[in-house]
Amino acid sequence: MLNGLSTIIRDRADAQAVLPSDLKANMKPKLEARNLSFFYGATQALFDVTLSIPERSVTALIGPSGCGKSTFLRTLNRMNDIIEGTRVSGHVLLEGTDIYEPGIDVVALRKRVGMVFQKSTPFPKSVFENVAYGPRVSGHRGSKALAELIEASLRRAGLWDEVKDRLGDSALELSGGQQQRLCIARALATNPDVLLMDEPASALDPASTARVEDLIFELKQNYTIVIVTHNMQQAARVSDRTAFFNHGHLIEVDATPKIFTRPGQKQTEDYVTGRFG
Amino acid sequence: MSAAAPAPGIGLVRTQPSARPGLVGQTFAGVCAISAWLGLGVLIVLLVGVLWQGAGWLSWSFMTHYDSRHPEQAGVLAGLWGSLWLVFLATIFAVPIGMGAGIFLEEYEKKGWLRTLIEINLSNLAGVPSIVYGILGMAVFVKMFGAFQGRPKVLEIGFASAHLEIPLPFGRTLLSGGLTLGLLILPMVIVVTREALRAVPASLRQASYALGATHWQTIRHQLLPAAIPGIITGVILSVSRAIGETAPLLVVGAAVYLANAPGGIESPVDVIKHPGGALEAPFDTFTALPVLIFNWISRPEKEYRHVAAAAILVLLGLLQVFNIAASVIRARMQHKARW
Repeated sequence: MLNGLSTIIRDRADAQAVLPSDLKANMKPKLEARNLSFFYGATQALFDVTLSIPERSVTALIGPSGCGKSTFLRTLNRMNDIIEGTRVSGHVLLEGTDIYEPGIDVVALRKRVGMVFQKSTPFPKSVFENVAYGPRVSGHRGSKALAELIEASLRRAGLWDEVKDRLGDSALELSGGQQQRLCIARALATNPDVLLMDEPASALDPASTARVEDLIFELKQNYTIVIVTHNMQQAARVSDRTAFFNHGHLIEVDATPKIFTRPGQKQTEDYVTGRFG
Repeated sequence: MSAAAPAPGIGLVRTQPSARPGLVGQTFAGVCAISAWLGLGVLIVLLVGVLWQGAGWLSWSFMTHYDSRHPEQAGVLAGLWGSLWLVFLATIFAVPIGMGAGIFLEEYEKKGWLRTLIEINLSNLAGVPSIVYGILGMAVFVKMFGAFQGRPKVLEIGFASAHLEIPLPFGRTLLSGGLTLGLLILPMVIVVTREALRAVPASLRQASYALGATHWQTIRHQLLPAAIPGIITGVILSVSRAIGETAPLLVVGAAVYLANAPGGIESPVDVIKHPGGALEAPFDTFTALPVLIFNWISRPEKEYRHVAAAAILVLLGLLQVFNIAASVIRARMQHKARW
């Protein structure tokens, strides 16, 4: 397993010759969690997590089921707010501003920090209206500018050529992979600068998964991406940094090649080599 | 499976063969089958009885004539229009209030003493016998708690071309009857609204929030469109219960003998020809199909049994129209909503 992953890492490093040698030094943090703890009622799901996420890079969150990685992801755009009886302590800084401070506009935050879910969730509307939903709820008017924005978003999600002739069709008629890329396009249409992805490819076939992974690779030129994944190869393929969670604790975070070849913690090594999880 | 007997094929061996295998099971299945057929049997007896009694009496002239002292000339026109008006008024009264209350309970007041209080009251209201609603309607709408001290007033409102006279208190009018039936179906409308909202997939709500939509925008653009077909179906079904109600209408003052359709509207064409009549109708006297049936059955003349049976067929036909509408809407909803 470890050998297989090393091969992926090496292949990718060859393909991407300009990979910065030290991501930490070159990139300022876009998002920073400081001593973040999270509670579902009396149950604590995250313990004192401190993690910084560099700009224009892909950070993968890995760990066994129930380790808190999805919960952590959802604290970054305050999606956990809509679950009753939850509580947060600590800080999440988006470009230095604490998003849990009183007076923060959660709606504006979610436009800057977009999210793509595990199960593709197109609205029961047309392809066009799906992508237009975000701009429309932010008060976007003017049909020409909107049409341009939608084309741009669909192009960035690599879906334009497949759907340009069926923008008026129901989004539910698209294939599973297309639906997921539509959800990515929809998230891009609000012009976020951070994109959170919760196992975006886990319900897709291998070909669609490859397309989504390629897309993630392209998107990181312009966006800061945090991705939760169960698939170790996927984390190795797409991410620059990997954070390993277990039992609500952040065990280790480092450059992806290092996590998969020379992890600092025994637990991490056991997990990435498939000895548990 | 016992650990002491690890014989091969143990699952197939009956350890304690009973004397008469499956007797209890077969008896139980038989009793259940009898229960099911009993329900169907009662319905068939009822339908055949009504059809046999009313068949010769149901005709187009029966649908288009008022009640009469001569059974051969009696018709359901006043009751048919009265029932349709009652259902219409009850719906436009109960649906906005019921939907508002349902949305409030499901979306805004998620917990706390107020919600608990409202919920307890709702479940009590849903169980209140319909005649009690009649008494409530009598006090609130017909008499308005006696606030006018026997000196009724008339509120006059002038429209562009029409002139509207609203009696205060409402008295024994169609409006009082419609509002009373509206109160009757209100708890059901609230319940179906809440259930329809709860049935909307959570993923839709999350996706909307994640795109920066506010709570109101999520309700307006995602939750309500997804829930409306379910709400409509539930409303139609509760309306079809209300249309058969007799007791509250008798209390509120439905006329048992009436040779007048509300507002003088006797056919759908009249609504267009005399739009003023449609505005006056709610303040007119009224009767309803079940009230007519009740009256005819109580008459001594045998012929009125047949008149009543024919009216029951009209009422059943109307109910069937509502039920078909409800299932068509449900079918379209299931076809459209594939999340």
